[in-house]
Amino acid sequence: MNKIEVGAEFAPKSFLINRKLLVEYADASGDQNPIHQDEAFAKSVGLPDVIAHGMLTMALAGKYVSDISGSQSVLEFSARFIKPVVVPADTDVALVISGKVTEVNNGIAKIELLAMCNEVKVLGMAKGVIKI
Amino acid sequence: MLNPDLVGRTFTSADSVTVTKEAIQKFAEVIGETNFEIAPPTFSISITLEQSQSLLQDSGLDWTRVVHGDQKFEIKRPIVAGDVLHCSSTIESARNVSGNEIVTVRSDLNSATDLVVSTWSTLVVRA
Repeated sequence: MNKIEVGAEFAPKSFLINRKLLVEYADASGDQNPIHQDEAFAKSVGLPDVIAHGMLTMALAGKYVSDISGSQSVLEFSARFIKPVVVPADTDVALVISGKVTEVNNGIAKIELLAMCNEVKVLGMAKGVIKI
Repeated sequence: MLNPDLVGRTFTSADSVTVTKEAIQKFAEVIGETNFEIAPPTFSISITLEQSQSLLQDSGLDWTRVVHGDQKFEIKRPIVAGDVLHCSSTIESARNVSGNEIVTVRSDLNSATDLVVSTWSTLVVRA
């Protein structure tokens, strides 16, 4: 693990999202909105294809933060959903998360996260606050 | 259009939710987390989602146009298996920005003795 100091950067990690993962996340979270599973339905409401739950993208970014601090030390976690993660059939879509420390104060650090999918930023203002 | 009178409306569930290790494990496995003792940072959404939706069910929002705008968690302590939690959700604000309606719902998860997690979900109703 990198030393937690302002400016420290953490190596990017890639998380693969596919239709199977969307079903598993729907079952684990209780969010069974058909736009995350049913291609015909998603297209009928004007989406390009099935899209991932924003909260799945955020959960994976949360895993990235937990890998830095441990889940027990995550104090705050927030993100804006700025672009959908489109998940075509039979495709693994790579979500690439990276992070850097932007503040350290009294044993608490802020980590700003970048979440990219097909070179498009999918989360905005994503950040975790951790106890160090 | 959300009825502005609904801002401040709170819904507290009569039933508590007992967090099981199985529920934590099921959520954790989806994201590749191998620690099943402590809930991942966003796990609480699996408890608060249904309640915040029922709070808004008869609010006049056009659900076919609702997208999740942003989400925030303040975690006072991690959720662990065996926690018995009560959920209380409040419509904290509703405003109109360039024709899009933006509604923020806060949900608090309390144990018998302490506030465990507060979450804020911002929903955007596209114009």
